[in-house]
Amino acid sequence: MNQREKEEYLRDYSILKAQGKPFFPYAVAKDGAMAVVVMAIIITMSLVLGAELGSKANPTTTTYVPRPEWYFFFLFEVLRVVKPPSLVGLATIGVPTLCMVLLFLLPFYDRSPERRPERRPIATITGIAVIAAMAFLTYSGAAAGPPTTIETATPAAVKSAGSASLTEYEAGKKVVAQSGCLACHKIGENGNAGPGPDLTHIAARLPRQGIARTLVNPTAPMPSFKNLPPKKFTAIVNFLAQLK
Amino acid sequence: MPKLPKLPAPPLPPPLREPPPRPGESNGKGGPIEEAKAAGINVVDWVDERTSLSGAGRWLMFRKVPKGTNWFYTLGSATMFAFLSQAVTGVFLAMYYRPDPAGGAYESIRYVTNDVFLGQFVRGMHKWGSSVMVILIFLHMGRTFFFGAYKYPRELNWVIGVVLLILTMTMSFTGYLLPFDQRAYWATIVGVNINGTGPLLGPYLSDFLRGGSEFGATTLSRFYAIHMLLVPGALAALIGAHLYLVAKLGTTAPPWQKAEKRSELREAEV
Ligand code: HEC
Ligand code: HEM
Repeated sequence: MNQREKEEYLRDYSILKAQGKPFFPYAVAKDGAMAVVVMAIIITMSLVLGAELGSKANPTTTTYVPRPEWYFFFLFEVLRVVKPPSLVGLATIGVPTLCMVLLFLLPFYDRSPERRPERRPIATITGIAVIAAMAFLTYSGAAAGPPTTIETATPAAVKSAGSASLTEYEAGKKVVAQSGCLACHKIGENGNAGPGPDLTHIAARLPRQGIARTLVNPTAPMPSFKNLPPKKFTAIVNFLAQLK
Repeated sequence: MPKLPKLPAPPLPPPLREPPPRPGESNGKGGPIEEAKAAGINVVDWVDERTSLSGAGRWLMFRKVPKGTNWFYTLGSATMFAFLSQAVTGVFLAMYYRPDPAGGAYESIRYVTNDVFLGQFVRGMHKWGSSVMVILIFLHMGRTFFFGAYKYPRELNWVIGVVLLILTMTMSFTGYLLPFDQRAYWATIVGVNINGTGPLLGPYLSDFLRGGSEFGATTLSRFYAIHMLLVPGALAALIGAHLYLVAKLGTTAPPWQKAEKRSELREAEV
């Protein structure tokens, strides 16, 4: 906006303002009505939906799947979409930071005097696209509840290695299924494809010690599982080490 | 003491205007009933004589809002009411909460939820109120975006608004941990880890949030202090600045509202 456009805007605005109504009581009445609606919604939600409290926080089990408040789902979904580890940092903080900077500086790069949405097609279309993308990511985040059981064919090598190996395999499978790993990993047809890599053939990629080391000292955002009781921990490692 | 100059009467609509006194009533000294009636006014006058606040009050309340202002313009104040509701219910929760990761935190929330009179109701209001506030703040931002309200001369108000948005999301992130149940614990570990993957400042940010390189005893009290002192204070102050600018600059008229140039001549009427 140049000086002439600024002055023109201020002139038009002062006319519109002079033709308006006083804030009290006209705008105050509308704001008050809206406040009553907001409070009614909050109170109704509290009465109908209540406030649940899960079981106590426990570093030694992850029977609860890491799931943020619903309005952060879209961020978590960005993680799922962007896979390569080298890009994870970019996806998690990079993309949101970039978006916040763009949002912050909006008045400084969009300097046209036009205000009608239908006459600023770039801004309006971008806005609608961002809203649609966030709605889609939130929806797919909400739909991606991880399963708590794993259904895969037991590898032939495990079956032929005798019953000890088989019970070890089954025990580990149960712990992994209950520990929320499937929120971020895929094993066979189970779980979500991201943000973590597919674990279906993890043992072919990573030796036993490597798997154990990852569980103790993982790359973010995977939580560390070093506080699990040793029995559970070895069960997980045994199971994963058989996934060739 | 000389009398202070009288401010012009506010432009009230007729039904709200005070009727003129009836004959025989309150001319000069009245009876005790009239004096009792006048007591409220006298108190206001006393304060005003020492603060001159009534001028500011009139400036705030009797400024004009432009022609065409519609229901979309209530979204900002609706966000503010959601924030106030969070503040009030939060104070009640803080009366019971103990930021003790060894079990006290979980116990205190369990106590509020199951045993305190209306405890679950207040906790539910705080919990769902956060969702309502986040929805309202996005709707309000959408309104100012599509109406082009961030343009000259309201750029600064948009910038303050973006900071308010970030602070609101910080509130919800830090509040999520406080009940210290399984969901809170694991979601926050992953959330802090995600912060840690960020470029440059990421690792420092997550170390700051955890209070060290490990998720430990200080993490919960740190989140508690951020959630109920640092961020709400900043939010309240910035909402004040935001509203001051709204009152000073006036809210925009809807973008398609045309100024009728000729009515400049009729300004005496308004
Ligand atoms: C919050 C999401 C999340 C959860 C929950 C999670 N992980 Fe991960 N995991 C990841 C991410 C992201 C990576 C990738 C890290 C990297 O690339 O260095 C990963 C990597 C791994 C790896 C190494 C894979 C490779 O190819 O190098 C293993 C093994 C693993 N996870 C096992 C598990 C197990 C077992 C569990 C459950 C007890 C689990 N993870 C829970 C996110 C998660
Ligand atoms: C705690 C959160 C917030 C509160 C309490 C708040 C409150 C308000 C109120 C009461 C108004 C008056 C007009 C109206 O109601 O629409 C307003 C205007 C405005 N707000 Fe906010 N707001 C908040 C967040 C934001 C955010 C996140 C943005 C954008 C990034 C923003 C940008 C603006 C702008 C540009 C105006 C001027 C609009 C106009 O003049 O038409 N605000 N705000």
